Amino acid sequence: MSNNVILDIDAILTNPEKHIIVCTGSGGVGKTTTAAALGLRAAELGRNVCVLTIDPARRLAQAMGLTELDNTPRSVPGITNGSLSAMMLDMKRTFDEVVESHSDPERAEQILSNPFYQALSSSFAGTQEYMAMEKLGQLRAQSQWDLIIVDTPPSRNALDFLDAPARLGSFLDGRLIRIITAPARGAGRGIGRIAALSFGIFTNVLSKLLGAQVLADVGNFVADIDTTFGGFRERADATYALLKDSGTEFIVVAAPERDALREAAYFVERLNQDSMPLGGLILNRVQEVPETGLTQDQVLAAAQKLTAEGRGPLSAALLELHAQRMEIKERQKHLAMRFTAAHPNVAVQPIPAMAQDVHDLDGLREIGTALANQSINW
Amino acid sequence: MQIWPNATLHVVTGKGGTGKTTIAAALAIALAKNGHRTILMEVEGRQGIAQLFDTPPLPYEERKIAVAPGGGEVWALAVDTEDALLDYLEMFYKLRRAGSALSKMGAVDFATTIAPGLRDVLLTGKACEVVKRKEKKLDNAYDYVILDAPPTGRITRFLNVNGEVSGLAKVGPIKSHADSVMSVIASEQTAIHLVTLLEEMPVQETLDGVAELEASGLPVGAIFVNMTRPPQLDASQRVMAIAGQLPRSEIEREISQSGLTASNQLIDALLMEASDHAERVNLEISELERLEERGLPIFTLPLLPSGIDLGGLYELSAIMSASGIGGE
Repeated sequence: MSNNVILDIDAILTNPEKHIIVCTGSGGVGKTTTAAALGLRAAELGRNVCVLTIDPARRLAQAMGLTELDNTPRSVPGITNGSLSAMMLDMKRTFDEVVESHSDPERAEQILSNPFYQALSSSFAGTQEYMAMEKLGQLRAQSQWDLIIVDTPPSRNALDFLDAPARLGSFLDGRLIRIITAPARGAGRGIGRIAALSFGIFTNVLSKLLGAQVLADVGNFVADIDTTFGGFRERADATYALLKDSGTEFIVVAAPERDALREAAYFVERLNQDSMPLGGLILNRVQEVPETGLTQDQVLAAAQKLTAEGRGPLSAALLELHAQRMEIKERQKHLAMRFTAAHPNVAVQPIPAMAQDVHDLDGLREIGTALANQSINW
Repeated sequence: MQIWPNATLHVVTGKGGTGKTTIAAALAIALAKNGHRTILMEVEGRQGIAQLFDTPPLPYEERKIAVAPGGGEVWALAVDTEDALLDYLEMFYKLRRAGSALSKMGAVDFATTIAPGLRDVLLTGKACEVVKRKEKKLDNAYDYVILDAPPTGRITRFLNVNGEVSGLAKVGPIKSHADSVMSVIASEQTAIHLVTLLEEMPVQETLDGVAELEASGLPVGAIFVNMTRPPQLDASQRVMAIAGQLPRSEIEREISQSGLTASNQLIDALLMEASDHAERVNLEISELERLEERGLPIFTLPLLPSGIDLGGLYELSAIMSASGIGGE
């Protein structure tokens, strides 16, 4: 590679100043596995680690030999040196707990049974990200772990992890929701007559679309929340500040494919823009090809010669396989170099594709070793 | 298309990273073959179609983006929730102007935020409106509508709009809109396809997705297995490759005949890659067997070493055609 920036994973994992590592990237690039492998490696380097995963498929549990992942950190057996716990976020339960801890039992019951709250806590866009942040804040506040590794939700877009909580917070705290859900209170105050008229139309259209009951539910929810806690936006901002702290490190995970790298590039640019600490880019599932000193054309020509002469079908097949892998490697290298050309200060760590899926701690250890060593030479 | 004789709407879903947009696009080309008109729709605001076809970002407007072998046309549409809501308001209430004013105030965003089910009804509703043009024999009708849908984890909720809306509105216009959407989606006019890789986790997610869709009475079409590596070695060669028992001296002799120098470095590399390839192929075969147990049609598409570009899309669509998709 043209740049000399190297991702020294062990230096990050053993740095006592680092307390949070966020693994982010688009879906299907191996974020969860990477988070688990980093957690295991950090634990075996002596840290007390908690891995917070959000993915609904219980992959982490499978790989870590845990039978239960239920919104509470569970200790992973078989770790030498430090300690490792893992948990899976249950967003509804996390939200319920926030409500319960901030209101008296009667009020909590009222909120929990509100249909709008139920929709909000189980299916809302952004709730998962919001609750992941909330949980991260809670875990950080407990002093049991000195390193928390977060696997971000499988969002449509990796930036959602940063933006969704604040967006949802602003929405819940926002003026619009208050005015619309309490037209009698809000219509005349603070906004002009024309705006009030538009809101009237809007409320009318909304009632047509959704039914008046929905607006009433939202109104009750807002009223209940107001008298207990509130400041959704404030809570989201507080966790966001935690992410900007120098104790945090972001690790962007990608696969050597165009879309995944494009998404990674957006994320890197955003982290730069917000001066957030970026450790580097982990490029998963990279095709490894042993060096033979031959070009792809030479290998292909040899395979074709054997096939044309009707000799050595096995060797011809092996040569073709080799040529195919060289082509894949070249394409991946090219994509990675384009990324590096645009982001020369970002360390890129390629991880070889494994022939088998990860099933157990040994598989995670193997990935951890690959993360810490430069095994692919581009 | 004989495999799903009455399906106009082809919904394509898949776990992230499996190439669902690629498969949806190749399917749109394959179905357009021999003079058909198809439309490829996306609903997640990602502009994945524009990137794939290397065109500028798509507006909320139907545009022709490609041609298919035998004089077919592929159109594309990036559906935007806000515009879909304005369409809806116009269609049912003649409220487009009021609607635009509201959207400027952020009100549309508000409505779809407090009622995420509303968003899904609007998006699926737009797809169904396009599907229904065919029955009505409208000029702007398409033979097939291919929907690049949200990923497997969210697909049932996305399509099962009735379930989503009933928590929201028991009666009223949105409820009847949802009913009309369901009358298309839960019928033989629709086929829902799942894209997967032959790896443990995507296969598991696919099987879970199929079970979920079936439990909700939604019509599953086929499984598209993407990015497979065609086996270069047969079963007995794979056993030998993994055990390190491929005939080294024979390979050395053949390689020297091929015009290359049979260095130890080269032979070691070939044997190592053979073993790695054999392991990978064996894994793919056992994952494929798990999928086959479901008894659904399975279409297998290879990993293209050169990656996916426009040429690659046509290559994949030709493989689909050869497997009996479209083209009648």
